[in-house]
Amino acid sequence: MANIVEMPKLGFDMAEGTLAKWVKSEKDPVEKGDILAEIETDKATVEVESAFGGIVYKQLITEGTAVPIGTPIAVVAEKGEEVDLDTLVGKSAAEPAQAEPEPEPDQQRAIHASAQPAASDEESEIIKASPIAKRIAKEKGISLANITGTGPGGRIVKRDVEKAEKSPSSQPYASKSKASIQAGVDEEIQVSNLRKMIGERLTESRQTVPHFYITSMYDVAELLKTRKQLNKELPDEQRVSVNDFIIRAAALALRDFPNLNASLSGTTLKRHGDIHIGVAVAVDNGLLTVVVRNADQKPLTQISQEANEMIRRVKAGKVRNDDIEGSTFTISNLGMYNVEDFVAIINPPEAAILAVGSAKQIPVAIDGELDIGWRMKATISADHRITDGAEAAEFMQHLAIFLEQPWRLFA
Amino acid sequence: MAVITMREAISQALWEEMERDEKVFIQGEEVGVWGGTYAVTKGFLDHFGPDRVRDTPIAEAAIVGAAVGAAMAGMRPVAELMTINFAFVAMDHIVNEAAKMHYMFGGQFKLPLVIRAPGGGGRQLAATHSQTPDVIFAHFPGLKVVAPGTPADAKGLLKEAIRIDDPVMFIENATVYQQKGEVPDGDYTIPIGKSKVQREGSDVTLVAYSKMVYYAMQAADILAKEGIEVEIVDLRSLRPLDMTPVLTSFKKTNRAVIAEEGWRSYGVGAEVASRIYEEAFDYLDAPIQRVAQKEVPLPYNARLEQMALPQVDDIVKAVREVLK
Amino acid sequence: MDKKEYLDLYHQMVLIRRLEERAAELYQKGEIGGFLHLYIGQEAVSTGIVAARQPQDQVITAYRDHGVAINVGISAEKVMAELLGKETGISKGKGGSMHMADVSKNFYGGHAIVGAHLPIAAGLALANHMQENDAVTIAMFGDGATNIGFFHEAINLAMAWKLPILWVCENNRYGMGTSPERASAVSDIIQKACGYGMQAFDVDGMDVIAVKDMVSERLADIRSGSGPQFLEACTYRFRGHSMGDPERYRSKTEVKKFVEKGPIDNFRKFLFKEKLATEEELDQIGVVVAEEIDAAVTFAQESPEPPDEALFEHIYVEETGGA
Repeated sequence: MANIVEMPKLGFDMAEGTLAKWVKSEKDPVEKGDILAEIETDKATVEVESAFGGIVYKQLITEGTAVPIGTPIAVVAEKGEEVDLDTLVGKSAAEPAQAEPEPEPDQQRAIHASAQPAASDEESEIIKASPIAKRIAKEKGISLANITGTGPGGRIVKRDVEKAEKSPSSQPYASKSKASIQAGVDEEIQVSNLRKMIGERLTESRQTVPHFYITSMYDVAELLKTRKQLNKELPDEQRVSVNDFIIRAAALALRDFPNLNASLSGTTLKRHGDIHIGVAVAVDNGLLTVVVRNADQKPLTQISQEANEMIRRVKAGKVRNDDIEGSTFTISNLGMYNVEDFVAIINPPEAAILAVGSAKQIPVAIDGELDIGWRMKATISADHRITDGAEAAEFMQHLAIFLEQPWRLFA
Repeated sequence: MAVITMREAISQALWEEMERDEKVFIQGEEVGVWGGTYAVTKGFLDHFGPDRVRDTPIAEAAIVGAAVGAAMAGMRPVAELMTINFAFVAMDHIVNEAAKMHYMFGGQFKLPLVIRAPGGGGRQLAATHSQTPDVIFAHFPGLKVVAPGTPADAKGLLKEAIRIDDPVMFIENATVYQQKGEVPDGDYTIPIGKSKVQREGSDVTLVAYSKMVYYAMQAADILAKEGIEVEIVDLRSLRPLDMTPVLTSFKKTNRAVIAEEGWRSYGVGAEVASRIYEEAFDYLDAPIQRVAQKEVPLPYNARLEQMALPQVDDIVKAVREVLK
Repeated sequence: MDKKEYLDLYHQMVLIRRLEERAAELYQKGEIGGFLHLYIGQEAVSTGIVAARQPQDQVITAYRDHGVAINVGISAEKVMAELLGKETGISKGKGGSMHMADVSKNFYGGHAIVGAHLPIAAGLALANHMQENDAVTIAMFGDGATNIGFFHEAINLAMAWKLPILWVCENNRYGMGTSPERASAVSDIIQKACGYGMQAFDVDGMDVIAVKDMVSERLADIRSGSGPQFLEACTYRFRGHSMGDPERYRSKTEVKKFVEKGPIDNFRKFLFKEKLATEEELDQIGVVVAEEIDAAVTFAQESPEPPDEALFEHIYVEETGGA
């Protein structure tokens, strides 16, 4: 039997309430008395219990939506029950009121420079390619991002894809063959689509987001030791990297910092319920970000495996949409380049990005005594519209707990 | 196989059908004594007599309307409109009566009439005498609209139009009656509603009909010298519209140019392009190019008139454009 | 004519009357859609015409066509079913009120565009001429149609080609809401015929026998080669142009005047006077008609809708390949 959950009257003069947060998601089992959602009134935010047991069949409104009391907000049904929403709730309720327009999934193109497209920024997302070029590219597993189009307006057309297929040297992400400067010889090349998109997105980020930066230094001796021990037990191809540790550490740390795992759209701050860590990966003509979903909920080895698989796909030019979409926080690690520290540009519309430098042995002072320690610097760039120095600094401190006490990553 | 002109092909078709079936007769302005203002019916009056070759008053609604009535009562009239520009006077009888009688009365009446009408511009006849309003007639279900581009097609299609029991608008082009082509010997008909590949090629699909087929052939020769081979698909009928050969060609070439003498907006190109986008979207390598008349009433001045009309060169340019 | 034929004429007129009255009711209930043009008051014209014609003479009229439909022998059932848009209607539900026709009875419709059927009528006459079949086309139209170009083109062509056609103008004094006095340069309609050199006549359209006799004479003339002739039948429609007509263009007094001297009443008086029928006999016909109409409505209401496929049928006689 399906039951309608309505916006409850939580105060004698309450006329409407805002669904601040869904505690139970669709398809979750719920028992009578379980907290279903948090409702915000103009006085306070209140937890609301479910009066029904079963499965959350449908959430009828999205977080952040305000509706009058008595409005249906959810349907709880028996497990496996099919519910005709039109009949049960009526047509108007079956089309959920939305607080903000969701970015349309099919506006997200095959390749982008950042994981989540800004709602206003669709034009620069699109790689111009003719339908048949796209189709052939898809069939052959060739990435359009690395093809220069010779059609009008730089459109990628069939002949471009056919050419790319034939010549192995123009395979995306092949070797990092760097051309050197020939004395006196100017070289003009067309900027690749990928580079162009990265440029547009990060320019916009740089220009519109008020960045501020906090650098912290972490004692990674324990981390490196743990890694070594772990890798002894694992076959070669499943070895975990320092970055894998950082991914999990950051994800766990973010649990207590919802503002840093958020996106801003206008004046609405969406704090994401999931922690998806984006990892920047260098490719031949630019940069891609692969996404480790729910990194706070996955064991280190699984994170490592997934990240490696995605990176492999990226380098083979067979990256999938799911690989590169949906990150809520990004990590950029240039540690392998002997970089002390650096500052990264936030991936819009995320709240922050963590730039990680190399782990190195340096002289350190401990209780007034000189010693050698393993230190790694990380710099967070954060969006001052969403967070502030204190919070970001707290996060960096909190991160330390996970980086310097790696046993917590396995808890 | 004989080589004859468009005029001869149409004239022969009419003559042969009138010989074949005494129910077939002609009526229109100056078709009898004058022999037709484009000389298509020259000699008909003497041979078939005034009952079957009828000079009418200048009254297009009556010319077409009476043809509708005669057809409903068992005759097989071929009404001639001196030019398609005069069709508007008979518009009601073409699109409201001829096109709909069979439907509205539940199939009780057959309308085996043919309305012949030459159109097209380029002879300095000024705006109201120079139009190519083919799409207007092609818009109406219930009518069949045919516009052949070669003498062989003209002969076979006109015979078919006369023999079938549906109302057919048979659109000729007034400026290409002397265009020559090979025509099969003997009696033959061509089914209405079938497009035809007039020239094979692998680089671009060039869709055309009526006079534009003639131009397309010339453009094809020019382009062949540059190593570009276009495939010319002649629609032949506008309603029913046969997209099959067009799509087959397009799936091969991925690029299309559509040429018509009418205006671009709301034209044949608009319909054909839409259908290509709908049915062969994943084969598209470039936006489809349309070659058409500029959106102006056709002027009297010779130079301006030619500027407005689509030329062979416009087709050549469009093919080069679509290949970019 | 024998008594039986007279009573048959009476029956037809009453049947038309009752059918039209019932159609008006059904229209107001929403069972009939579109336009509904009632023939009430004009029954004598179509009845007299069809009574006078020979079976091979084609009749073609405008949109106020239910009268002719009944007169040529289409059953009240098939007329009602067509009004209700059913598959069993005379035009299979595809034409509606304005497009009744029955080719087997040489009834060429029922036409909605004012005057457009007149060139078609000329074409029917042309076919008669070419087929040498002794048939005369009877083209019926209203006073309003005498001003449209189609009228002039058609009667001119027919006259120029000497086609066997009788043009019958049902002058009911109003083209929709406009009288000939307001609409025409020459409101004496017969004069228009004279302008084309046609013999022209008029007849009292409220007198079914007068109409029948006149039309018989005209047809005989034309059949013997006189060329086209013109007949103006003066009549009146008791209801509005179509359902929903507020009738601002004429007074209730005027209407009442004509209703009191209507064609059915006239004919009743005639039949009594000539001792061709008794009141009981005529009333009995009334009863029979009432049953006929009831049965027709039941038939129509119980008839099936046309199937979905009917939408795409009869577009062409021959389906050819292609989109």
